[in-house]
Amino acid sequence: MAYAFDFGAIVPHWELLLDGAILTTELTVVGAVVGVGLGIMGAWARASRTPVVSQIVGVYVELIRNTPFLVQLFFIFFGLPALGLKLTEFQAAVLAMIVNLGAYSTEIVRAGIQAVPHGQLEAAQSLAMNRLQIFRYVIILPALQKIWPALSSQIVIVMLGSSVCSQIAAEELTFGANYIQALNFRAFEVYFIVTGIYLVMSILLRMVLKVLGNYLFERRRHV
Amino acid sequence: MSEFSNWDIIYNLLMAARWTVLLSLTAFVLGGLVGLLLLMARTAGGAWAKGLVRCYVELFQGTPLLMQLFIVFFGLPLIGLDISPWMAAMLGLTLFTSAFLTEIWRGCVEAIGKGQWEASTSLGMKFTQQMRYIILPQAMRIAVPPTVGFSVQVVKGTAVASIIGFVELTKAGTMITNATYAPFTVYGFVAVMYFLICYPLSLFARHLEGKFRHVAR
Repeated sequence: MAYAFDFGAIVPHWELLLDGAILTTELTVVGAVVGVGLGIMGAWARASRTPVVSQIVGVYVELIRNTPFLVQLFFIFFGLPALGLKLTEFQAAVLAMIVNLGAYSTEIVRAGIQAVPHGQLEAAQSLAMNRLQIFRYVIILPALQKIWPALSSQIVIVMLGSSVCSQIAAEELTFGANYIQALNFRAFEVYFIVTGIYLVMSILLRMVLKVLGNYLFERRRHV
Repeated sequence: MSEFSNWDIIYNLLMAARWTVLLSLTAFVLGGLVGLLLLMARTAGGAWAKGLVRCYVELFQGTPLLMQLFIVFFGLPLIGLDISPWMAAMLGLTLFTSAFLTEIWRGCVEAIGKGQWEASTSLGMKFTQQMRYIILPQAMRIAVPPTVGFSVQVVKGTAVASIIGFVELTKAGTMITNATYAPFTVYGFVAVMYFLICYPLSLFARHLEGKFRHVAR
C-alpha cells in the first residue's frame, strides 16, 4: 500500500515550530556572542607568556574538539548536578554551545592572530603600547577580519548542532518537531519541513554574518 | 538492583565503542567512494551535474545531521524499505560524509594549476587519464591532511546516531546511566573514550599538515 503524504497535518501546529525556531535563534545568538568572546579570550591566553595558562587553554581546546557535542551536552546537563551545579534545559544547552564554540573559535582566532604581520607588532611596541593595548588596537580587528569566513562557518555548524539539544528537552526547533510527530505520527512530513526551516535559517545566518562582517571591518578600514 | 563497578562501566562502554568505530569506518569508506563519484561529476560533468552536486553539498552542509538521520530513518519505511537503526545511521552518515569530502576534495583538485590540465590535454589525454595520471596523484597529497582531519568529525557525528536508537558509545552511556544513576562518571568515561579515538586522528592530521607544508614550499 502506498503511503499518502499529508503535509497539511503540520499546519495546525505551526506555532510550535515558530516557538522552536525562536528558541534556536536565541540559543545561537547567545552561544555565538559569548562563545566567540570566549574564543578571543582563549586565543589571548594561548599567546600568554606564562606556559601554564597557555597549556590549560590548550587542554580545553583539545578536549572539546575531540569529543561529540552531544556528550558534552549530556555531561553538562546530567553530570554537573552531581557537583551541585543544577541547570535548566536552556541554560545547559546554551552553556554547552558556548563551551563548544569557545574551543573552536580559540583555534580559529589564534590562526588569525598569527597571520597579523610581525611589523605591526614591532611598530606598536615602538609606540610603547602595552600587551593589552596592542591586542586591542592593533591585532584583534585585522585578525578577526582574516578569519571571519571560518568563524562564520563554525557559528553555522553550532546552530545546526543545536538540534541535538532536543535530547535534554530544550524546547528548540527539533523539540517542536518531535512534539508534533508524537501528536499526529506524521514523522517524515514534520522532519522534512523542519529540515527545510533549518536550511533557510542557515542561509539567513550566513547572510547576516556576512553583513555583520562588512559592517565590522569595511568601515573601520576607511576611517 | 544490580551493582556496577567502574570496571563494569568501562567494559560495557568498550563493547559499545566497537560499534562507534565500525559505524565511523563504514561511513568514512562508503562516504569516500560516493564523494569520489560526486567529485568526478563536479569536475567533469555538464552545468546540470555541477549544479546538482553543488545543491547536494549545500543541502547536507546547511541542515543538521540529526534531521538527515531522521529523514532516512522515517522516510525509507514509507517507500516500503524496512530499515534498522544501524542501516539508517550508516546510510545517513555515508551521505553526510560524502557531501563534506566532495567539498574538501574539490578544493584540492582546484588547487592544481590550470597548466597541468592544459598540458595533459595537449598530450591527447582523455579526462579519465588526466584524472588518473596527472590530477589525482597531485591533489591527493594536498587532500590527505584535511581528509584525516574530517574523519574526527565523522567519529563525533556517530554520536548523533544514538538518537535514532542505534546502540553505540553514547547510547550505551545513556543506558548505563539509567541503571547506575551515576551520570557524571559514565559520561566522563564516554567523553574519555571519544577522546581516545579522536585525539590520535587529530594529531595525525596535524602531523601530516606539517609534513606536506614542508614538501609544498
